[in-house]
Amino acid sequence: MFRVSQRENIVGFLFISPWILGFLLFTLFPMIYSFVLAFYDWNPFGSPVWTGVKNYITLFNDPLFWQSLKVTTIYSIGSVPLGLLVALLFAMLLNRELVGRGIFRTIFYMPSLVSGVAISVVWLWIFNSEFGLMNWILSKFGIKGPQWLMSTTWALPALIIMSLWGTGNSMLIFLAGLQGLPKEFYEVAELDGANSFQRFWKITLPLLSPSLFFNLVMGVIGSFQTFTQAYVMTQGGPLYSTLFYILYLYKNGFQYFKMGYASALAWVLFGIILALTLLIFKSSSIWVYYEAEVKTPEVKR
Amino acid sequence: MIIVQDITESSINKFLGRKSMRKLVGDIFCYILLISIGIAMLLPFLWMISSSLKSRGDVFIFPPEWIPKPIRWHNYVEAMTTVPFGRFIKNSIQITILVIIGQVVSSSLVAFGFARLRFIGKNILFMILLSTMMIPYHVTLIPLFITFRKIGWINTFKPLIIPAYFGSPFFIFLLRQYIMTIPLAFDDAAKIDGCGYFQLFYKIIVPLIKPVLITITIFSFLWTWNDFMGPLIYINDMEKFTVTLGLNLFRYSYGTEWHLLMAASTIALLPCLVIFFIAQRYIIGGIVLSGLKQ
Repeated sequence: MFRVSQRENIVGFLFISPWILGFLLFTLFPMIYSFVLAFYDWNPFGSPVWTGVKNYITLFNDPLFWQSLKVTTIYSIGSVPLGLLVALLFAMLLNRELVGRGIFRTIFYMPSLVSGVAISVVWLWIFNSEFGLMNWILSKFGIKGPQWLMSTTWALPALIIMSLWGTGNSMLIFLAGLQGLPKEFYEVAELDGANSFQRFWKITLPLLSPSLFFNLVMGVIGSFQTFTQAYVMTQGGPLYSTLFYILYLYKNGFQYFKMGYASALAWVLFGIILALTLLIFKSSSIWVYYEAEVKTPEVKR
Repeated sequence: MIIVQDITESSINKFLGRKSMRKLVGDIFCYILLISIGIAMLLPFLWMISSSLKSRGDVFIFPPEWIPKPIRWHNYVEAMTTVPFGRFIKNSIQITILVIIGQVVSSSLVAFGFARLRFIGKNILFMILLSTMMIPYHVTLIPLFITFRKIGWINTFKPLIIPAYFGSPFFIFLLRQYIMTIPLAFDDAAKIDGCGYFQLFYKIIVPLIKPVLITITIFSFLWTWNDFMGPLIYINDMEKFTVTLGLNLFRYSYGTEWHLLMAASTIALLPCLVIFFIAQRYIIGGIVLSGLKQ
């Protein structure tokens, strides 16, 4: 007995050893390193100088740090709830038993897979104020579109609009959730005379709250890590109106070579994300509804 | 009694009639919404392709023409040769293939360990693995850069490839969830036949988890192909640029050549779109699987 489990112990560790090594080398070690770095003036070309908590003090007095936090927060508040709403609407439309919904699912989901530089470049052209697609569509409705990415007011909303285009992942999670809802609930509610609005608020939304919870957590974490769009499309401008947190971190670390300061920024971000996630988790007991009877759908293959 | 029955029957009929009428109206309304949203989703792609086939001057015609006259396929040749795009594609392919191999092999080994073997501290280690998914990638960015710089890995593909061989927490999690659904009877049968753990993994489990292996291969492809920050930080020489870096270079060097920029974007997106259409169901299955962990 003992020998068997001893063997299994060793074999088990052998199997997971790549991850253990990777965790030590590429996560734990750099995290400790980064924590230490944040207490130094660390320029990769000179020698590091111990400065204690100076980086953190500088940070709290740095208007650009607050600006980047503000930009990222506004983006998060704008894009996450709107994104969830859009994703839920799409999922509900796709959940209806209609001919050809597979094709629509493909089309709705496609944009979320192609994020990155190429799509940022395309949106840059779409938001071109003179010859872009967006202002052409608006002109069809008699609206004279703004300068979008050249405007301090409209650059951030433009990025939020762009983010709504890529809500496919949340949509799929909602769709899976919807497909797992028991049909009997709706039949009973309908016989009781509940209208579709009531059915949505009293049945769909509570039963879907676990999916909502998952999408909310992923959405918040994702929005705080926005980088590529900002780097490619605006470089944080005009006038820092799209200076996302990670972009500011990147600039400090790799353009101004203030590696210690950038590490302090990274730890503050980590703290913020941790706090937000905990907040959502803590609050979830109030608004997330788990029912043991609701079966999670099998993944169809 | 009869009257009561009549009332209920007629009310049910009325109810059903109204319902089917309402359903029809609802269906039509849904189709209108689905089609308009569908168009909105496709427009950026169509706009990109349309612009990529226009001449330099036609791009700046307002209101825009959707079907360019004449269609300039030559833009694609120009986009490929203005900057060495062929070279960038080759680099991206090389990195992507090596990353996929690394992530798929290492993640499935680790996932098997977590799903099927008993060892000390397994639960704690798995909790640590899950929590590492929450750590922003950016916390480790700067120390890793400094470390890789010290060991001379800057301006090589090594920082982009080697970490992939140590498992990816998200993939490990997905695979482990899937392996847990395979009945233990398979393992017992294999053990009775004298299979060791590695044979059990290789001969029994791997064939059974093929669908998820395909899913993670695709995710791995898409994320590596589209990765921007990694190459941006570690690669300096244009010789070693990936497609994403090349596109960014293009954007800053030829920012107003929209027709060429759109052609270059189309080239960069093409592999992702092709893979998406071929393997859509695996991608969707994977996303759904990841959302069902609660």
